[in-house]
Amino acid sequence: MAEQVFRILRHRNPGMENIAELDEYIKHGGFETFKKVVTTMTQKEVIDTVKAAGLRGRGGAGFPTGLKWGFLTPNKYPRYVVANTDESEPGTFKDREILTGNPFQFLEGLMIASFAAEANVAYNYCRGEFWELVQIMDEKVAQLEERGLLGDNLFGTDYSLRVYNHLGAGAYICGEESALLNSLEGKLGQPRIKPPFPADTGLYDMPTIVNNTETLANVPLIMEHGADWYKEEGTEKSAGTKIMCISGHAKNPGNYEVPLGTTLRELLYDIAGGIADDKDLKAILPSGASAPMIPATDKVLDTELTYEAMRDIGTELGSASIILMDETVNMAWAAAKATAFFKHESCGKCTPCREGTFWMNSIMKRVEAGKASMDDVNTLYDVAGNIQGKCLCALGEFSINPVRSSIDLFKADYQERVA
Amino acid sequence: MLTEKYPDEVNKILAKYPEDRKRSAIMPLLYLALRDNDHITNDVIRDIAAITGSSETQVEGVVGFYTLYHDEKGGKHYIQICTDLPCALRGADQFAEQAKDYLGCGFEETTADGKITLEHVMCLAACDKAPMFQLQNGKGIFYHENQDIESFKALVDELRSEADA
Amino acid sequence: MADLVTLKIDDQEVSVPAGTLIVDAAKAIQNDIPVFCYHPKMDPVGMCRMCLVEVGTPRKDRETGEVIAEADGSPKIFYFPKLVTACTQPVSPGMAVKTNTKVVDDARKEVLEFLLTSHPLDCPICDKGGECPLQNLTMRHGPGNSRFLADEKKHLAKHVPLGDLIYLDRERCIQCARCVRFQEELVDDAVIGFKQRGRALQIVTLSEPGFDSKWSGNTTDICPVGALTTADFRFGARPWELQHSSSLCTECAVGCNTHLNTRRDGLSGDFVVKRVMPRQNEFVNEVWICDKGRFSHHFSTSPDRITVPMIRKNGKLQESSWDEALNLVADRVKDAQGSVSVIAGEVLANEDMRVLQQLANNAGGEAVAWPGVMGGAEQLAAVGAGVGTNFIDMGAGTAIVVIASDLDEEAPMWWMRVKQAADKMGATLDKSKATLIVANGRKTKLDRYANHSIRYAYGDEVNTMLALHHAANGDGAGLAADLAASDDETIKAAGQAISDAENVIVIYGREGLDYAGSSSLAQAAANMLIDGGNYGKPNNGLLGVLPKGNTGGAFALGIPAMADRAAAEVVGDAKVVIVAGADPVGDNDALPSGRFTVVSELFMTATAEMADVVLPAQSFVEREGSFTNSERRVQRFFPALPAKGQARPDWWAFGKIANAAGAMDKAPVAAGQIMQMLSKTAGAFSGIDYPALARVEEQWPDVGGEDKYYGGNAFKNTAGLGVQYATSAEQGVVPSKGDVAPLNSETGSLRAVATTLMYNRGTKIMKAQLLHPRLPEAHVEINANDAEKLGIADGDKVRVSVGDASAVVAANVNGKAPEGAVLVPQSLGTDVTFNGLKAATVVKA
Ligand SMILES: Cc1cc2nc3c(=O)[nH]c(=O)nc-3n(C[C@H](O)[C@H](O)[C@H](O)COP(=O)(O)O)c2cc1C
Ligand code: SF4
Ligand code: FES
Repeated sequence: MAEQVFRILRHRNPGMENIAELDEYIKHGGFETFKKVVTTMTQKEVIDTVKAAGLRGRGGAGFPTGLKWGFLTPNKYPRYVVANTDESEPGTFKDREILTGNPFQFLEGLMIASFAAEANVAYNYCRGEFWELVQIMDEKVAQLEERGLLGDNLFGTDYSLRVYNHLGAGAYICGEESALLNSLEGKLGQPRIKPPFPADTGLYDMPTIVNNTETLANVPLIMEHGADWYKEEGTEKSAGTKIMCISGHAKNPGNYEVPLGTTLRELLYDIAGGIADDKDLKAILPSGASAPMIPATDKVLDTELTYEAMRDIGTELGSASIILMDETVNMAWAAAKATAFFKHESCGKCTPCREGTFWMNSIMKRVEAGKASMDDVNTLYDVAGNIQGKCLCALGEFSINPVRSSIDLFKADYQERVA
Repeated sequence: MLTEKYPDEVNKILAKYPEDRKRSAIMPLLYLALRDNDHITNDVIRDIAAITGSSETQVEGVVGFYTLYHDEKGGKHYIQICTDLPCALRGADQFAEQAKDYLGCGFEETTADGKITLEHVMCLAACDKAPMFQLQNGKGIFYHENQDIESFKALVDELRSEADA
Repeated sequence: MADLVTLKIDDQEVSVPAGTLIVDAAKAIQNDIPVFCYHPKMDPVGMCRMCLVEVGTPRKDRETGEVIAEADGSPKIFYFPKLVTACTQPVSPGMAVKTNTKVVDDARKEVLEFLLTSHPLDCPICDKGGECPLQNLTMRHGPGNSRFLADEKKHLAKHVPLGDLIYLDRERCIQCARCVRFQEELVDDAVIGFKQRGRALQIVTLSEPGFDSKWSGNTTDICPVGALTTADFRFGARPWELQHSSSLCTECAVGCNTHLNTRRDGLSGDFVVKRVMPRQNEFVNEVWICDKGRFSHHFSTSPDRITVPMIRKNGKLQESSWDEALNLVADRVKDAQGSVSVIAGEVLANEDMRVLQQLANNAGGEAVAWPGVMGGAEQLAAVGAGVGTNFIDMGAGTAIVVIASDLDEEAPMWWMRVKQAADKMGATLDKSKATLIVANGRKTKLDRYANHSIRYAYGDEVNTMLALHHAANGDGAGLAADLAASDDETIKAAGQAISDAENVIVIYGREGLDYAGSSSLAQAAANMLIDGGNYGKPNNGLLGVLPKGNTGGAFALGIPAMADRAAAEVVGDAKVVIVAGADPVGDNDALPSGRFTVVSELFMTATAEMADVVLPAQSFVEREGSFTNSERRVQRFFPALPAKGQARPDWWAFGKIANAAGAMDKAPVAAGQIMQMLSKTAGAFSGIDYPALARVEEQWPDVGGEDKYYGGNAFKNTAGLGVQYATSAEQGVVPSKGDVAPLNSETGSLRAVATTLMYNRGTKIMKAQLLHPRLPEAHVEINANDAEKLGIADGDKVRVSVGDASAVVAANVNGKAPEGAVLVPQSLGTDVTFNGLKAATVVKA
């Protein structure tokens, strides 16, 4: 039977309650890997190991991490590494728990990534609401500086590294990496056109790696135990473990770390304890508000939680923010919530998203108020289609997923609401 | 003036970013300014523009884009309840209504005593601990999770009874 | 030159330089891909999404490395799954672009529909109506009816003043960011920006005063809707009612090409200028003009204009007929044989100057150019910037030296273009940056982009140039021994950059310098250019920041300058004094009394007040003629308005006078005739006649098409790009170095430096009410240490005295003036008028 693992949430050992304390982390071998990497390895060796481990980005897109690191434009310095702790997708709350429960493993990962990128400065961009947490993170970083784990000439080598935490201030779009970089530069958090990609023109127009917090927290383990060990968990294309955020109508909502490839059914019923009040599950939003919703059919429940299998059933694993909705939920209502979210978070830079999310939201409001007709719902579907494929960044493209999937799957829920 | 009031903090913030990229310090400096200002005034903007070598308009743009910088006068405390989908599935909308009734003001409004501004917000990454809200004031931003109306009332009463600083 | 890349757009083959964007490649074959946010002078941002097209590329087989082919052998094109923004995608070899498919057409319709959901559709009352990209594109691609509920539209403020000059209509804004990007990238005044996000995104300004930039008007040209309008033109006229004519800006010596729109005024019934627009000339002003050029046109129709000839009778100037006035002057000139002095303003057209020069010469006198404060005419004629010089082309390998000038204030367009060469923020294929060396006694706005900022003590301009020359190639001629041995790192590094550069341009000004000083500086710079072989070819040589709109014309005609002489000295014992386009008396430079004085002017200047005969001159807006800019480019202007009253061109009046006085065989009957004559003589104007000046060739980017969406509302140049006359070096005369005279400036514990501000109290600006809020009060800039010694605080009133003149003005103590120097901006309405560097006293008033 599938069960939880605690590689990321609690470092090597589930029982380690105090692993968030530096002494405890070090006692269990913490930063040995960083030291080993800095003193004995080349940048290329680190990147090759991460590549071989098959680690994929945990921020949503699932892009192979080692590959991304290898894209850095040669001979262009300084370089930067930026940790993406913007965590704002509805239903995602894993990075916050990593920072609270196991901050040093994440920092060690960020530091190894910086070494691999030949970066001497790394930023940890956290969403502004994590203000309290970041006060603590500042202390953790200061402790590392005191211990000589961050600073100049680390371990007597010529490698120097500083890490800084930087707070956003309330904008979902800043999770999009190029918007994040603009934000970090003190600008409005609007995305940039790509190409050029951050690996060439990133922070301050310099080569930059942006990785999700959870992605980085995997790195010390890979470097400690090797690629083969890492691949023992997970599937061929989706290696390792993944933190699944379960919210909504779950009996025990929370973060569950499981090997990729665990089925939805195993996760929801065996591990997370099923649905609240033992009601019937109606639909799932497997990646927050951003991916199409899926109906709670047997086929869906038996799908493995991997990047590829979720795509096969028409949705995304994304950041694995699994929102459960039971039989009492009207999906038009759920889609209306998601639409309001995107309308609120659209950065306003590109036309289809700026105008389209506003338009969808105003129709949705009418649906919710019982003042819409089925014609309006058809227009809604059409407007969503017109946004599709035209946006500058993925936010606009995400915004249509809950709308279109809910109309496709649960038209009756709309019929119930219209005038 | 931030440089006079918090010289060490300003220098510490500036030291995080490259010499010629002071604009990056706008956001942390705005947080610093919020310690003593319940909203961002034009004086603050001028100050930060001067420190970071940006134009006032650039600082203003940042203030306007991000929801945690308030540019109009609100309450001393902001209570921002997450009513986004995951929280709403766990009763956040009802909780928010009760909260509103207890405060006696509407959403995006400030209580009559000027103490508390109530707002709806989008997902705060605490969906498993709904209902929840954050409290923002001069001291910082603090999460209050697994809330019910009783715990909410207790907090509000405490805030209300605070002597005006 | 970048390699050419060949691609197909709608099956039409086109070859463009590598790196060209699809939208520009399409424009090159007249395929107008609709755009809103893209502007060919700015880096693309891909935000409006209007330019979506289908794009495909050939692909190579992974195994064989061969291009995958169709059955017929042609390369198989693999289309991208999503539409691509043509404004962000560079071309690649073999690329195929489709702009005329249903998918593309639908995408355009859909994006337009989105834009229109927010738009107020108030075209009937919009200033942009008739020349609006949104309107035009809606006609072409727009949906027939609106599915968006009107009552869900946003209602926003419609008349938001962004400062005194520009108004914003928030409802009409389509958030394309062209204005914001123009201000940030091209002119580095980030004084407008976006606030909020999503659909609430709005343009705001927080500068003091609002929209505090010398370039604000350009944003109204490139705004693709009627969201930004000028306070000047707002509700002034509909574009289709306007008359068009080509003109030039005379506010500084850059000579920006303009387009005048005129119309009969509703109230007075007179024809008036409704607006001044940029006219494309990629050599001069590209598609931009500064706000002074745009808004200072009101002088031409001012009611204060002199409209009739006047003769002093019984001590008073009284109206007369032209015949009477001309005969009287001609008689006096004849009588005064050998004793006629002409003071010709450097604002007169080439044709006027030529006639005055001939009149003076043949009447046995001399014509002198006024104010004639800038030297270097010979050096510019010999090693001036080569024909074809263009700041746009300057990148890696070019060093630009700017010395003794505050370009931002003195020649704004050069500031912008030099900044662009050094900064490359705009959309150019060659992103390599020129090396910029800025040398001045103080920091100027251009220093922001300088690779080497040299700060000298005022008075050390020439020495600095000599030291640079020395550092660049070891020549120490004229350099004091201690300076030659100087190891000033900045100068050394700058010298090295100059010697490393393939092309070198030196721009010299006259801040802190009188005529003799600027002449020396020009010579010192010329010597360096000659030693480095940097002359006689494009993007090499000397440029002077000439003080007036047609100082270049005086240089070209060889009219000697006032050259630090008092007017009385120049006039000597001449019996007849002719003053045209000049106001020495107004500048406290008295004319001797008791002479028969003739003044030709637009307004009753102080000099005109004391004249015996006053002739009403036509402004350049009412006539034709030509000016010569600082780059030796001779350019034509054309009549736009009927003459004001009986005003006549100077060349006409003085041609008649010269003829009647026997100083000219025939009075010219047309301005072109004078240029025709000049074109046949040796000299600067040789071969330059009106048809040559009116010649145009295709320019890139292609603006001014009917669409209006590509380049904004800048006008296409159909009236001529002008002709840059060749330097003697280019005509085969080997230039030789000259001796550099040492500077001779007054000493003192405090020295006043005459500086120039763009917004000063010149006659023309004073007639433009709109600009008055931008005019600074009379002030001086003083260093904090000096201020402390003198007990002066920022903002205090002080009495500043230079020579005999003194005035009470405000003291600015804000870090602009170096120690020991008092910066005294000229033309701010005080009597403290001087050139160069003079001993000064400042006391608290
Ligand atoms: C609208 C939007 C929001 C995003 N939010 C986040 C986020 O909160 N956290 C995150 O790590 N990645 C987020 N991403 C993905 C990032 O752009 C980027 O792909 C990721 O940080 C890369 O890291 P990874 O490769 O480690 O996943 C977001 C993307 C989009 C388009
Ligand atoms: S899709 Fe467009 S408007 Fe939406 S967030 Fe991305 S860039 Fe901004
Ligand atoms: S997106 Fe290409 S012109 Fe706006």
